[in-house]
Amino acid sequence: MKLVLERGDFTRTFHERLKELSGQDLFTCYQCGKCSAGCPSAAVMDAPPHAIVRLAWFGQEDDLMKLNSYWLCAACLTCDLRCPKGIDISRIMEALRVMFLRPREEPDMVPPESLPKDMLSRIPQQALVAGMRKYTK
Amino acid sequence: MRTFYYPGCTLPDKARDFDTSARTTCDLLGIELEEMERWVCCGSAFKLDRTNVMQHLAPIRNLAEVHKEGGRLMTLCVFCYNSLKRANYAFNAASDRQEILNDFIESDYDGKVQVVHLLEMLKDDVSFEALAEQVKRPLTGLKVAVFYGCLLMRPFKEVGFEDPENPSVLERLFEALGAEVVPYPHHLECCGSYLSLKDPEHTTTCVTKILGSAVAEGANAIVTSCPMCNFNFEFFGGDLVSRNQIHTFYFTELLALALGADKELCGLEQHETDVDGFLQDLFAGRAATEPVAPEPATEEPPAEEPEAAAPEAPERPAAKEVPAEKEGVAGERDPSE
Repeated sequence: MKLVLERGDFTRTFHERLKELSGQDLFTCYQCGKCSAGCPSAAVMDAPPHAIVRLAWFGQEDDLMKLNSYWLCAACLTCDLRCPKGIDISRIMEALRVMFLRPREEPDMVPPESLPKDMLSRIPQQALVAGMRKYTK
Repeated sequence: MRTFYYPGCTLPDKARDFDTSARTTCDLLGIELEEMERWVCCGSAFKLDRTNVMQHLAPIRNLAEVHKEGGRLMTLCVFCYNSLKRANYAFNAASDRQEILNDFIESDYDGKVQVVHLLEMLKDDVSFEALAEQVKRPLTGLKVAVFYGCLLMRPFKEVGFEDPENPSVLERLFEALGAEVVPYPHHLECCGSYLSLKDPEHTTTCVTKILGSAVAEGANAIVTSCPMCNFNFEFFGGDLVSRNQIHTFYFTELLALALGADKELCGLEQHETDVDGFLQDLFAGRAATEPVAPEPATEEPPAEEPEAAAPEAPERPAAKEVPAEKEGVAGERDPSE
């Protein structure tokens, strides 16, 4: 992905917030791509996990907030298991979800009334609880 | 040690089969379970951002409840298992949190309650060798694909059950029960989990990949230990499910059957596929408590008939040998590498 960088992109606050929320040090990543290789959702993501880390390096907050990647992360932790540098990428994804949701007025990514009835009558409760924890503020 | 059973939100309702069959299994194996008197939601998915201590409140409240009685906590649902175990790990890792949480729920929880999964109890407390000897209705002819999914083994540091890239507990369990375990490449993949709420199409892709590969390797059943996987497989399985090509079971359903329990006590009610017909074919001509009848299941090649004809004896050595071999394989890799 082509990136045009400007001085203002490198805001300390973005890196600091991401680090505080995720507890991960972005700059230990050396872009090997193992996280993206194992990710079951990488194929349908706008940017695969390692590219998310790269965008975050360069402080591309606005770009990151437009991507679908972290909404397609099921937190299955394959990336966390395989990262040779011990970065828990699923925590970075969670941090991005939180950064997206917290400042917004209508933060429901999946409004409960939008769910199909036939599914609702059968889907396990745990899915609703887990989903609402990820998709709402 | 007293073992407290934590059912969680899904087992009393959408996964009653899992609950019923697990209780039956424990009865038959002499495992004493007490359901916790008061329990609350475990939070389902463990929240991964580090700034909010309150999100650990629900799981820790359950653990504090068990701590009061003195004992350990047993769960069946993989979400609960993961969430409770990780919350406990996080609790132990940060002393400032301990104080905040304990003050809030007015308890003196010390972080020492052990969280176990029924599979861990079968492996460590019962042992598969002892289990094989209690099998009354061997699952001969069942070609089973075992599915671990995401949260039973991961993250290794916090859950620490088995080698997360090469677990063998479900394989060893089903070999002990006399089933044929079919190896296939997607047993550790993600089934799509709660993404089914927002992206059903993507979940369908994940599920089709997993079920398709299991069917291609010759499996006629897939076992899980998670109501979420179970739902996704049956709801998004498409033709593979509607044509009865593969049946989804909780491991306890087949375990209870193999131990000779009555069908009514093994769950088997909330299935999308024709499970009754499938099991009838599988156990055709065989009754529980009796030695294995010579009649093989429908799809079994005739070559295996002489083995099945000899009552009981050939099942057990086979069930013991294979696990030993598996253990060797798992032992070669150090999961912490």
